[in-house]
Formats: sequence, structure tokens, C-alpha cells
Amino acid sequence: MSLTPADTPQPTAISVRRKIPLSLIVGGLIVGLHLLAGILTILWTPYEPTAMVGGRLAEPSIAHWAGTDRLGRDLFTQILIGARIALEVGSGAVLVGAGIGITLGTLAAFATRTLDDVFAAAFDILIAFPTLLVAMLIVTASQTASLFTAVLAIGIAGSAIIARLTRILVKRVLSMDYIVAARVAGSSWPSIVFVHVLPNIWPTLIVNLALQFGLAAMAESSLSYLGLGAPPPNASWGRLLQEAQGTVYTAPFGAIAPGLALVTLVIGMNLLADGLRAFADPTRRRSR
Amino acid sequence: MSALLTIDRMSIAAGERQLVRNVSFSIAPGERLGLIGESGSGKSLTALALIGLLSDAMMATGSILLADTEVVGARERQLVALRGPVVATIFQEPLTALDPLMRVGRQIGEVVRRRMRHDCVSTSSQQVQARVLELLARVSIPDPERLARAYPHEISGGQRQRVAIAMALAWRPRLLIADEPTTALDVTTQADILKLIGQLVEEENMALLFISHDIPVVAAAVDRVAVLKQGELVEDGSVGEVLQAPNNGYTRSLIEAARTFDRALGRLF
Repeated sequence: MSLTPADTPQPTAISVRRKIPLSLIVGGLIVGLHLLAGILTILWTPYEPTAMVGGRLAEPSIAHWAGTDRLGRDLFTQILIGARIALEVGSGAVLVGAGIGITLGTLAAFATRTLDDVFAAAFDILIAFPTLLVAMLIVTASQTASLFTAVLAIGIAGSAIIARLTRILVKRVLSMDYIVAARVAGSSWPSIVFVHVLPNIWPTLIVNLALQFGLAAMAESSLSYLGLGAPPPNASWGRLLQEAQGTVYTAPFGAIAPGLALVTLVIGMNLLADGLRAFADPTRRRSR
Repeated sequence: MSALLTIDRMSIAAGERQLVRNVSFSIAPGERLGLIGESGSGKSLTALALIGLLSDAMMATGSILLADTEVVGARERQLVALRGPVVATIFQEPLTALDPLMRVGRQIGEVVRRRMRHDCVSTSSQQVQARVLELLARVSIPDPERLARAYPHEISGGQRQRVAIAMALAWRPRLLIADEPTTALDVTTQADILKLIGQLVEEENMALLFISHDIPVVAAAVDRVAVLKQGELVEDGSVGEVLQAPNNGYTRSLIEAARTFDRALGRLF
């Protein structure tokens, strides 16, 4: 039997086909669905979100998929809008957190030993406070409960964890031979950061940012539940949960529906993060 | 002609510990010097010191004059100006010396672009690309276009080392430092890479500082040999002198060990 050229293993496999991990597909689908729902509400909602269109505390039906709240407003509409708010706050907070965290973490990794110790201690102290507590403090201090302050508060509160991770990742990359090689070839530090360091910490960082996104969406719901999130016309899941609290025994679906929406988004984000982990790094040939 | 590199009574210390003591040697333009020693003898530290890349925990004293610039105590700015046009380095382990997440072509391209900017030549991406392929062909890589698109983990060790050599060559440096460039490779690839380095050094008229623990490998690649033992220079002379009539007991034992090893393998040098 002779080997045809196709059977011969190539000495240099240029493109290694990677299997897309299942978690990436499922996570992507769930998050994609939330995203679609969120975008849809900009153009169209099943009912006016504030219009009293049905009986009070109605059971789920064909006309009202998730039933109605105690004022007779369509719950499904409000949950769709809630998806938009969760995604807005999630992405906004991750952007803010990543901006602050990656900058501070990289600076810390490059700082002199004493300054680096100060940075590291500061990150650790900040992380010791629960994210939600820090976010609540910031919202209270700003004395306005708006979507914008929620984004800022959650972003800042989450930035310490990103900064700490970035610092460690940058330090690890900086100790690599290819950084020495780049320096030997005459690269300046700024160009090393942008050409070699950031691309190399990106796979690990993006996974963490996806997890942070889920946490930020949850933090937004928690703030709204406490009345510190987006103010009333905005139908946040947290506020829906809070409103349904009084009638949870008589009309449980009012609490179940927004809870389910929140849980699926967070699970979807986590699955997506897990899938990205295996997919983002081209040196990982195949997922286990 | 004045020397390209003059090291004068250089010592390297990490805190209280002296790692390299009073080492002096020089390299003339176009000269090929082999630096021999066991692991831990300070060979690689010497190489790092002369491009100003010792880690912060280590201190070099004495004098290192590289292309009329004093490296000991120099500012990062002055050093960056040296790295590339004056000196380039090939490392022992080519896999870790290449950025794992960057395609080979782009990696070489980064150096090419910097060189072009340094020479005040306008850089279009086509020109850079053409130069990258030219360099890959120069280091005898078959099918350079395909290889330029590969990631370092997708190509063989010998090819990676060739890529590293191409990156060093992109600058056409006056001094090439090869820090155990063949140690991580198998024997046949070793011979190819050695031949390539020898050929390029001659064609480009570069000086070579070849660092190795492997005497036969060094003997084949250089004109002059210096031997380091526990941070001290114990021998410095032409290849013939040192290998035929070593002054130092340590050198003799190194050569004897290499001979014994060679007899066992049935090859001679």
C-alpha cells in the first residue's frame, strides 16, 4: 500500500483546524438571544412598557407571555427591556473596568519594586471589599441613581480584580525570552507593550472580561433591587424582582420570569467565557 | 582598526555574590570569537551584560565598550540605539524567543519596519513583506510565503531558529551574538544552522560572539576561543592554540572530555 500525498503528514501544519467548543456555541446562543431581545426593544416592544394593558397579576397567556404585574403592565415587554438594560450596564461597566484595570495593572507591572508593592496591596484591599458594597458606596456618594452612575459604579468596583489579573499576566509575559529578544532587536517599551504584551495577555483577559460582564449584569440587578440602579421607567430585572416580592406567593411568575432572564444571561456569559478560553489562544491546538 | 567590542575587567554581581570576575576580552570588526564554559560559568550573563540587559537584581562593573559606547551605566535610550544596528542576538531556545501569538512573517516584519524607519526609508507594507520573504529565503527556508503565515508553534525547531536568525539579520548588525544557538536542536539540524550562521557572518562581514559549552561546535564556527570557568576567564587564544596546547588545566579537561565523548561516538574533530 502506498501513501498518497494527502496521507503524508505535513512537516509544518500551517492551519490546525480547531473544533469550536460546545460551551462557546451554547453560551453564544444564549447571549445572542438576550442581545437580539435587547436590540429589538429599541425598535419595537409587544406592548407599551408603561401601559396597563391587561388584568392585574394575570397568569402567563398567549397575549401576555409572562403575565402582567400588579398594575396590569405586560411583564414580557418589561423583561425584554430589562435585557437591554442589563447588556448596556454589563458592557459599559466592563469597558470602564477594563479601561481602568488594564491601565493600572500594566503600570503596576512596569513600576519600581516599591511602587509595585503599593499597587498590589491597593488592588488586594479593594478586592477584599465586596464589589456590590463598593458600587453602592459610589452610587450613594454621587447622590444620583441613574443608568450612568450604575455603569460607572459597577465598572470602578470591578476594576481592581482586572487590574490585579493584568498585573500578574503582564509580569509573566515580561519575563519571557521573546520580550528580551524584542528588546535586543531595539524595541522601545511602549511598542513592546502594544505589540507583544497586550496581545499575549488578551486570551486570558478576554475570558475574565466575559465573566466580569455576567457579574456586572448581576450587580446591576442587585443595585436596582435595592433602588440604587436605573430609576423607574427603566424596567431593570432587579426592580421587577423587587416589585414582585410582595406578591410572590399569589403570583410567583412575576418573580420567576425576570429571575430566569437574569440567570440565563449570567450562565450564558460564563459558558461563553469558558468557550473563549479554549478558543482564543491559537497555541492551543485542540480543546480536550 | 579599533576593536568593535572591548570588555575591560568586567564583573557581574548579584547582591553579595560575584557571578563574573574581572573578565577582559575584545572582538575586532569581522572577528569570530567563541566563548566556552560549563553551564553557570557566566557565559550568557556576559552576553546579556554587553547589550545592557542584565536583570535589575544584577550589577555590572568595569567597562564594556561597544562601538565606542560605554554600556556599563548607560541610559536605556543609548542602549536602544545600539540594539539592532550594532548588535543582534540569537537565543538558545527559539520557541520561547518568538512571540507565540504572532505570525512569523509579522514578527520579522516588525524588525524590518523598525530598520527601515531607522534608515529613514519609507515603509509600505508591500516593501516590508517583500523584505521579509527575502530574509526568509536568505536563511534557506523553503516556501517562505507559507512559512510567513505560520505561528511559531506550527513550525519545526530548526525552522524557528532560522526565523530567529532572519530577525537578527534584518538589522545587518556589526556584531552577532549567538547564545547556544544549536543546543536545543538535533544533531543534523545543528550542523545546518552552524553552516548557515558561518555563511551569513562571512557574507555580511559581521563579527560573531558564539557562546557554547560544546567545544567541537565552537571550533567549527570561530577563529578565537575564550574559556570561562566559574566567572573567570582562564584562556583566550586562537582556536588552534587553545585546542592543541591549552594553558589551563580546566581547558584541558574540557577538551579531553569532548575527545572522550567523540571517541565514544566515533567522530573526530
